[in-house]
Amino acid sequence: MPLTVKPGTRLFSAVCSTEMIVVKAPGGELDLTIGGVAPVASAADRTGSGKVADGHGGGVAMGKRYVDDADSIEMLCTKAGDGVPALGGTPLELKEAKALPASD
Amino acid sequence: MGSMHLGSLIDMVESGFGERVLMGDGDRTVTGTELGRIARAGAAQLDGYPALVHVGENHPLLPVALFAAAWAGVPFVPVNYRLEDHQLNALVARQPGALVLADEHTAPRVSAARTVQVLDDWLAALPGDPPPSEPPFDDDQVAIVLYTSGTTSEPKAALLRHRHLMAYLLGSVEFGGAGEDEAVLVSVPPYHVAGMANMLSNTFAGRRLVYLRSFEPHVWLDTVRRERITNAMVVPTMLSRIVDALGGEPADVPSLRSLSYGGAKVSERVLLDALRLFPNTGFVNAYGLTETASTIAVLGPEAHRAAVESDDPLVRRRLSSAGQVLPMVEIEIRDELDQPVPDGQPGIIFLRGEQISGEYATGSLLDDQGWFCTRDRGFLDDEGFLFIEGRADDTIIRGGENIAPAEIEEVLLRHPSVAEACVVGIPDEEWGQRLAAVVVLRPGHEATARELQDAVRVELRGSKTPETIEFRGSLPHTETGKLLRRIVQGELVAAHS
Repeated sequence: MPLTVKPGTRLFSAVCSTEMIVVKAPGGELDLTIGGVAPVASAADRTGSGKVADGHGGGVAMGKRYVDDADSIEMLCTKAGDGVPALGGTPLELKEAKALPASD
Repeated sequence: MGSMHLGSLIDMVESGFGERVLMGDGDRTVTGTELGRIARAGAAQLDGYPALVHVGENHPLLPVALFAAAWAGVPFVPVNYRLEDHQLNALVARQPGALVLADEHTAPRVSAARTVQVLDDWLAALPGDPPPSEPPFDDDQVAIVLYTSGTTSEPKAALLRHRHLMAYLLGSVEFGGAGEDEAVLVSVPPYHVAGMANMLSNTFAGRRLVYLRSFEPHVWLDTVRRERITNAMVVPTMLSRIVDALGGEPADVPSLRSLSYGGAKVSERVLLDALRLFPNTGFVNAYGLTETASTIAVLGPEAHRAAVESDDPLVRRRLSSAGQVLPMVEIEIRDELDQPVPDGQPGIIFLRGEQISGEYATGSLLDDQGWFCTRDRGFLDDEGFLFIEGRADDTIIRGGENIAPAEIEEVLLRHPSVAEACVVGIPDEEWGQRLAAVVVLRPGHEATARELQDAVRVELRGSKTPETIEFRGSLPHTETGKLLRRIVQGELVAAHS
């Protein structure tokens, strides 16, 4: 199901515990999934049926960010889960970030 | 395409830190789930108010007020409660119609607002179940207004928009990066950019906020031990008082992993003492300005260690640097003609990046290309370590030579008897300006003016040696430890004319 998202949009996996928030997104409708299934807009909308699709598992970790190849979309994981977000059927990749010392 | 809004931080905290305690004290602790609930409840109470002003001491639940303002989409405006009544009310009056939250000592002093409430009462009266709301977040809204200390003129209102603050958080802090056992001790005042950054970064990291209502070194040390504090941020005057309070004995704070300092220049002697007395703590020096939404350069624990252990004077001197610029901030050092200078040469520091606001209520100071002139002087070494020489306005011009007072003060501060030093220029018919120093000696120590002048002459040169050195019992500072040079200079000029 095509979705329109913008920075701050929250996406909940329909089939696992994964929760993401959009950091950066292109305009227009996007084919987004989490765990291979269309995400839902709140934890309450989870149906409890279905499971993470093959090739869309492997886990996301809290605080980590995930991007597509073209760097057009970026999502931050706010709750860990098995299902990985994907754009157009291609799972997003972990964005490597250099840890900085806490300064304040 | 915009960027994120601090309101999203409330969503994130609820999702990521549901059961984690984020703030509060013995009486009341607040988890991620509760923070979301009370911030929304607070936001609902802000309907019709164009801003939320806070004037008072630190409070264990002060971040609730900031997040309520963020969710409501109105600016949070922390005002210095230590100002005189008329100054305080002049600032409150610049936010007409705002809701003012104050501590109980300050509330009766606020006469310039229609609605003044004690923060504790406001928190206690918040409804348990806020109405559901999905405000249309605009990342270009003003999130925080900070008044500059205004030592020489009327305080200016610096504006930090949601996009600046979120750029800082996303660029420098890992969401949920703190372990569940981590706690930060906040002792900087809430009306300073470091106080605001403290609140936001630690909430973003998931680190419990513990507030010290007002700073005293023994209370600070006791609190670190009692609350098992893992992280703390202090300004240099606090660090110096902590070192003095330890009387040469190691600090005995096994929980403290990271101690960051910033807000003003720290003397090398105090820093070396502190490194010795906190042998198991990593030190972090942070440099930033109100207009840059907090930190833009960091000297981390490894860089401190490398500098202390090095025999190479070029590595060793990095101990007094501000470290390296954050990856998402661009820096340029420019000369008087606005041209970039080569590494190693001093000039004016210019910054550019998504977190750089450079904006006041009176307008933006960013140039066409988005660069912000900090009016701080400094230079970069060949590995990008940034050395701050002080405000460009404080530069002394003696016989055509530009002299940074900080360079001379550093030499004076290295003398074992010197606690504080201030070098200023006073008008001189022959040289344009001549150098005068005011020095505070450490208790029980002695030094002569001649001895200190010789120390400067040996290390620098004759033209940088103060012609007069005066001894005093103290020097004027802002509360965050910035030396009030203009006051010292004014007094010296008056005395010498």
